[in-house]
Amino acid sequence: MAGTLDFSPDDRCNAFITTCREARFSDGALAGVAVAVKDNISTAGIRTTCASRILEGYVPPYDAHVIELLRKEGAAIVGKTNMDEFGMGSTTETSAFGPTRNPADPTRVPGGSSGGSAAALAAGLVPMALGTDTGGSIRCPAAFCGVVGLKPTYGRVSRYGLIAYANSLEQIGPMARTVEDVSRLMSVIAKYDPRDSTMLDRPYDHRPSADIAGLRVGVPEEYFGEGVDPRVAETVRDAIGVLEELGASTVPVSIPGMRYALAAYYVICTGEASSNLARFDGVRYGPAVDIRKSWHDAYQEIRQANFGAEVRRRVMLGTFALSAGYAGRYYAKALGARQKIRQDFERALRDADVIAGPTMPTVAFRLGEKTDPLSLYLADILTAPANLAGIPAISVPCGRVDGLPVGFQLMGRQFEDERVVDAAYAYEQEVRA
Amino acid sequence: MVTESDIEHIAELADIGISRDEVPEFTRQFNAILEYFEVLDTVEGESAPADGITNVFREDEPRPCLPQEAVLANAGSTENGFIKTPRVM
Repeated sequence: MAGTLDFSPDDRCNAFITTCREARFSDGALAGVAVAVKDNISTAGIRTTCASRILEGYVPPYDAHVIELLRKEGAAIVGKTNMDEFGMGSTTETSAFGPTRNPADPTRVPGGSSGGSAAALAAGLVPMALGTDTGGSIRCPAAFCGVVGLKPTYGRVSRYGLIAYANSLEQIGPMARTVEDVSRLMSVIAKYDPRDSTMLDRPYDHRPSADIAGLRVGVPEEYFGEGVDPRVAETVRDAIGVLEELGASTVPVSIPGMRYALAAYYVICTGEASSNLARFDGVRYGPAVDIRKSWHDAYQEIRQANFGAEVRRRVMLGTFALSAGYAGRYYAKALGARQKIRQDFERALRDADVIAGPTMPTVAFRLGEKTDPLSLYLADILTAPANLAGIPAISVPCGRVDGLPVGFQLMGRQFEDERVVDAAYAYEQEVRA
Repeated sequence: MVTESDIEHIAELADIGISRDEVPEFTRQFNAILEYFEVLDTVEGESAPADGITNVFREDEPRPCLPQEAVLANAGSTENGFIKTPRVM
């Protein structure tokens, strides 16, 4: 079975930056399935923008590893989804292509940075999508839009062809409306690729099981504390109650390193970004730099004109945190904090098989509500720790507050993505029945 | 605390470009963020490499790569198979 899929969606939420009207597909496990791809993943022959003007006109000459795998299994790549510029945000408002709206309530943001992928799923435009998650960018929009998203274990999905933002934290991952579809998509994209040297040969090939009798669910107090909307916390406690009814037990656990998780996260991700984004200079791709000018003048001019304010802010923060005289105070301390957080999770996951909590401290913000960078950064408090620790984490819808979706987050041990998928599947099957 | 002239200096180091009227706002935002980062001062000890981690190397053997036209296709300015850049000196 091979053919062409006609794709002309009613995209009133602005979920897509690019759509492929005639998407070809072939035989395979995903034959003819429409898959939307976040626009920071390279697609040969399809423009790839990172939602930034600095990549205007760029058409990748090669496919990311995950795109090769999707094509091999017959998927139809139907378009590239909107995002915060270079993945730097939690609202999809920093896109050079305008914000995406939340299908659950068009006056709200879809979350971010993979907001276009989540909105395309929630609006019913596609059954599956790829996102990327550096500090919550798959799980946040999944929670805000009421869909499912998995951030895989670091090293389980190849980053080859992903336009880098913060290499030590980010992973490509599957998003869908059901846990089963997330698992199906994960089975296609999680295959070894020697071109990503941080990858291990631990392919994912799993059919979800709803049998979770005996599962020990860790409940960290830090995930239900200050800054978390009590109604969101209550909704998630109810979801944990459902797991107990299915035969799981709960154990209190603690992640004391949470108090410096966000500071560590922002020092590390901006540091890595400041070096990664140096490649956008208008020389090899993007709007052409004026070659008659001197190097620094031309470079500063094109970067100021084509990067948005949040990208420039993060590049500057990272430059500062890595600069002589400050690297010891910020970057070295952040690495120390990261190690303690990883150890906290290792300890907690000796007493528990999975750790449960809310994905986001609140429901979706209003468009334009968050203008101060620091207050936006604070919204990543419950998602960034999994990236620092490199562990798998899934967000599954668990009800509503004020009519808006709430996400239930389940985290697990490294390379136990299957276990968090099973726990989410058991919950989903029970509440759907 | 960083000052407005620090912000201009960092923008210069990062080759990022910042307009004069952005400087006060960036300075204020930087200071709020750096104040939040102070919690890192309470982290004790240094990060040590985790056990059991090994480097991943491969043999340095020639492998197929993209054709020259594909590599140059996205460049703004080329000449005789080379990419032209602004003057460095």
